[in-house]
Amino acid sequence: MIYLKGIEKVYRTDKIETTALRDIDLQVAKGELISVMGPSGCGKSTLLNIMGLLDKPTHGEVLIETASVNNYGDIRLAKLRNQKIGFIFQSFHLINDLSVVDNVELPLIYRLMPNKKRRQLALAALEKVGLSTRTRHFPNQLSGGQRQRVAIARAIVGNPEIILADEPTGNLDSVMGNEIMEILLKLNQEQGTTIVMVTHDEHLAKKTQRVIRLFDGAQVS
Amino acid sequence: MLKNYIKIAFKVMLRNRLFTFISLFGICFTLLFLILITAAVDYSFGPVPPETKLHKTLSVTMGRLETESGSNSMGPLFSPWFFRKYVKTLTTPKIISISSYFNPDVIYHEDKKIKFGVKYTDAEFWEICDFNFLEGKGYSAEEVAGTASVAVINQRLRQEYFGDKPAVGEILEYNDKRLRVLGVVENVSILRIMPYADLWVPLGHAEIDLDYPTLIGGFPGWYAWLLAESKSDFPAIKAEFQQKLQHIEFPEGRFCKILTNATSYQEALARQFFRNEDDNMGPFMLVLLALVTIFMLLPAVNLVNINISRIYERASEIGIRKAYGASSLTLTGQFLVENIIITLIGGILSIILAALILNIFNHSGILADTILTINYRVFLASLGFAVFFGIVSGVYPAYKMSRLMPVEALEGGE
Repeated sequence: MIYLKGIEKVYRTDKIETTALRDIDLQVAKGELISVMGPSGCGKSTLLNIMGLLDKPTHGEVLIETASVNNYGDIRLAKLRNQKIGFIFQSFHLINDLSVVDNVELPLIYRLMPNKKRRQLALAALEKVGLSTRTRHFPNQLSGGQRQRVAIARAIVGNPEIILADEPTGNLDSVMGNEIMEILLKLNQEQGTTIVMVTHDEHLAKKTQRVIRLFDGAQVS
Repeated sequence: MLKNYIKIAFKVMLRNRLFTFISLFGICFTLLFLILITAAVDYSFGPVPPETKLHKTLSVTMGRLETESGSNSMGPLFSPWFFRKYVKTLTTPKIISISSYFNPDVIYHEDKKIKFGVKYTDAEFWEICDFNFLEGKGYSAEEVAGTASVAVINQRLRQEYFGDKPAVGEILEYNDKRLRVLGVVENVSILRIMPYADLWVPLGHAEIDLDYPTLIGGFPGWYAWLLAESKSDFPAIKAEFQQKLQHIEFPEGRFCKILTNATSYQEALARQFFRNEDDNMGPFMLVLLALVTIFMLLPAVNLVNINISRIYERASEIGIRKAYGASSLTLTGQFLVENIIITLIGGILSIILAALILNIFNHSGILADTILTINYRVFLASLGFAVFFGIVSGVYPAYKMSRLMPVEALEGGE
């Protein structure tokens, strides 16, 4: 599904050069549920951003379903993100000016889907995450757990094959965290969605099929 | 998608009201100025009574005469002899009229000094123009041919000379002539320079020999109007006139070349602007566009800065949209639409403000008999300015923002 070959990511400023990732080779199979672990600053989020085509590696190649995306232009990358990938971020990243249902519709807008169909799918996705009574609310009227559920609904509304979750439970208490984890597990088991999740929580990582450990930008297991 | 953009645009406007106020103030001020200028230009050059047939009227006004040594004379310089010999004889126009521009003069009447403008015209002038006659009518071809002592006056001159009484049939004394008033027309603004006057008299009253063979006419200047059956006859009229000019006499001896054209108002303006007689409007429109752009540039730069600040405020939203499938192009489109919405709101506010200002201006008497309005042409031009302003001030911020990598945007655009 996702294949990273010899990935290196270097951040350069005027004076400093920081290597965030070095020589990463990683293959994620279709339907896998993987967690990425490691101490803060070890490159977990950078790895996830490169997998999700949100950032470009300094060296190496990214393949999605055997096709190298290194030479893809902006429009092609946008289309690929839109159709294949759903993101869940630690800080939710909802658009505060839009209602819950409008936030969930976002990926479908870029598929140029008719209004009615869009609304239907968004409401169905909110139903799945147990938020069907909050569709007209705005993000700042919701609790952290509810916001993350909205983010999950947005991630799954377009039925993507891959979900990339960057510390999805990081801003939530353990009860909420477990609920969110249950939703992700269900998605993986029932729909076969490939999920890569960055986490600090060993307990959550144990629930995944494979754990990738990073240290100082390198893969250690 | 558009609905989503509009929803967001309004939310963003309401979210940061100070920015919105500053943006709208700059937009309103710029557009207001342009709308007022457009209203004045439209009133001066648009189809406003008595010039309601402009769409099928050409005029011969400006021209250039060159000598062998290369020196030249330019301007509204042609004589009645030239117009009668080379314009009046054209066969393609439906009606041809020869008139002078207005000549400022003074009459002393019953211890009153009355300032006014007199204009010498033929009878066809009354056919081409669409004056609103309050009394009587214009003079006939026979009266012009016999230089009859008749005149048409406007409302203002009637009031000053005759008081509140009807004037038709009354005598107006001017330059030792006793002119019988044939008609009274509504006042015309001085912005309509071609039909404007307070007193209109037959051509023969001009104190020059109309048949004296000379190309240069002298003060107050003369022009011809050519009314076509329809606009489609313009090329034939222009061609016939140019054909005629090829065989022109140069009675003064010192001139060897004449350049002039039968033109519409806009073309005449363009020619005067560039001081040439080429038949090409392109450069004029370009210069006009450049002037509008330059005028809009300073407020646009201000708006660009405000927009950039707003962009960074919305970096996270850009990141989210990119992550979920928006391309740079789509985002540029979205932010342009948002910017155009705010400039259109500014445009509508400016139109309302301009209408109020014009109402005050029209009642102030600053420019007598001039009624500047927001008609559909001015309205459409104003909306055009607003959209143009929206694009000019929105393109750079939208482009700059849309180029951010999704991850940079999500991190706040750093």
